[in-house]
Amino acid sequence: MHEFLTNLAVYREAIRQTFYIVLISVSVGGLLGLGLGLMLYATRPGSLSANRPVFVLVNLLVNVVRPIPFVIFLTAIQPIMLHTIGTTIGTNAVTFALSLSAAFAVSRIIEQNLLTVDPGVIEAARAAGARPISILVTVLIPEALGPIILGYTFIFVAVVDMSAQAGLFGGGGLGDFAITYGSQRYNWPIVYITVATIVVIVQAGQFLGNWLARRALRR
Amino acid sequence: MSTETGPVIEPAQMPDGVRVPGDVHVRLEHVEKTFPGRGRRGVPQTALKDVDLEIRRGEVFGIIGYSGAGKSTLLRLINGLEVPSSGRVLVGGHELTALGERGRREVRRDIGMVFQQFNLFRSRTVAGNVAYPLKVAGMGRDERERQVARLLDFVGLLDRAHDHPEQLSGGQKQRVGIARALATEPSLLLADEATSALDPETTGEVLALLRRVNRDLGVTIVLITHELDVIRAVADRVAVLDAGRVVETGSVYDVFARPRTEAAARFTGTTLRDRPSPATLARLRAAHSGRLVTVRVRDRAGFQTRLARTFLDHQVAAEIVFGGISELQERPVGGLTFELTGPDGAVDTALAALRADGVDLIEEPE
Repeated sequence: MHEFLTNLAVYREAIRQTFYIVLISVSVGGLLGLGLGLMLYATRPGSLSANRPVFVLVNLLVNVVRPIPFVIFLTAIQPIMLHTIGTTIGTNAVTFALSLSAAFAVSRIIEQNLLTVDPGVIEAARAAGARPISILVTVLIPEALGPIILGYTFIFVAVVDMSAQAGLFGGGGLGDFAITYGSQRYNWPIVYITVATIVVIVQAGQFLGNWLARRALRR
Repeated sequence: MSTETGPVIEPAQMPDGVRVPGDVHVRLEHVEKTFPGRGRRGVPQTALKDVDLEIRRGEVFGIIGYSGAGKSTLLRLINGLEVPSSGRVLVGGHELTALGERGRREVRRDIGMVFQQFNLFRSRTVAGNVAYPLKVAGMGRDERERQVARLLDFVGLLDRAHDHPEQLSGGQKQRVGIARALATEPSLLLADEATSALDPETTGEVLALLRRVNRDLGVTIVLITHELDVIRAVADRVAVLDAGRVVETGSVYDVFARPRTEAAARFTGTTLRDRPSPATLARLRAAHSGRLVTVRVRDRAGFQTRLARTFLDHQVAAEIVFGGISELQERPVGGLTFELTGPDGAVDTALAALRADGVDLIEEPE
């Protein structure tokens, strides 16, 4: 316990890094994924703006990227990282990779939830003369908002999980702290305190997501 | 809608100006619709074949047919949700078939549509649902709120403005659907089996509302249904759709008082009971030895007195063994099946006399 207190500053910094990585990844990945998901939904055959070539291309891209384990994905996109953010290690590099990875996962969640919206409601909007883009934004997203919020909550938890691997690339964060200061020094209190911290973060996120989703669903 | 609040959806203020009786509002010319088959080896499905239709401004036009007859497709051709494979569709002054999707969208904003399953937006309140088409049309907020209030008042749901659809009964949901469809003050309303999901009592309420929409607001209504009762309650004219073809068109009375096709007769048979079914006929035959003749009841003064006199004059005994008389468009309609017995040849001469008098009769087959 004494050792934990001496490392309190490092622990605080690890929490800050985890929040930095997770919040940016969920936001950027969430937005990119939303766009990608809307594209998947709208261009699929028979949908609002059916466009087979675009659908096949985006669908293939998502299917290829999604099964790649995050650690390998992060390594694989290092050339792209060098070009865009100028580095392949550190917190920013991890955040960049995590944002991309989250985007592909989010795209499927968005697509799936939009597909469950009653086609009759879409027809009602079309009959009112609404444009496809307007139907996406003003009808489909609001109608599927509850499950979409739960989907984002799921992604938040998954990103917290993946962010623990940031330490491997010098990204810091709670996962890194638990390994370097905890398990590698056989300092179990540090491991458990870190685990508890992560559990609290995940629980808080899940609670917020559930609460928002319940409001959207009016249940 | 009270007159003090300055109703904006009165006929005189309709976008198209005054309604001209007999003026054609919707016209379909040689319309065909074939859907590509599902999958690579799918067989194309023909939904509509050579459909010609003329719907007049200000009328309630019913399209009746069994499921799979092509009703829904036909209705969706009128607001451009479907595009015909060939033929022309004209609505108001627009030729829909000459427009692209963007042009069809514009036309759609002047056409309301109500649905069997209501299709209300669950994420919006009652007021939000009615406001939706106005938002799409780009109406400002203040004006939109006034219009929504007027429409909810018109359908009698002003007090439910802030409720969500799931808090309403089926009939109330459909009234919201109708208010939403009328939001932009369209001159044309399409009703897709609007009462099929409702119980009989609520059906009556919704049909009465549709009538009010037609009579008070001057909106042309095209409704599709598989129920003759719906047609009887609200339609002025009707088209019978059978396997993708319009087999009969005319006033509701003409089509159903004297159906010329098997398809139309099937609808009257189930609702009006104007002719014995084959099973009933078999039982009648077993019980009665005379000739069985069904006479169509017509809207003619002294019709039955004349029938009775003719039978008496020819010394034919006439026994009513089956039949029913009901109303279509406030005129009597139905059929009476007589068992006729009399001296040799007397029945034949009596029937010939009735035919000469213009009576529509069918000798039931042996």
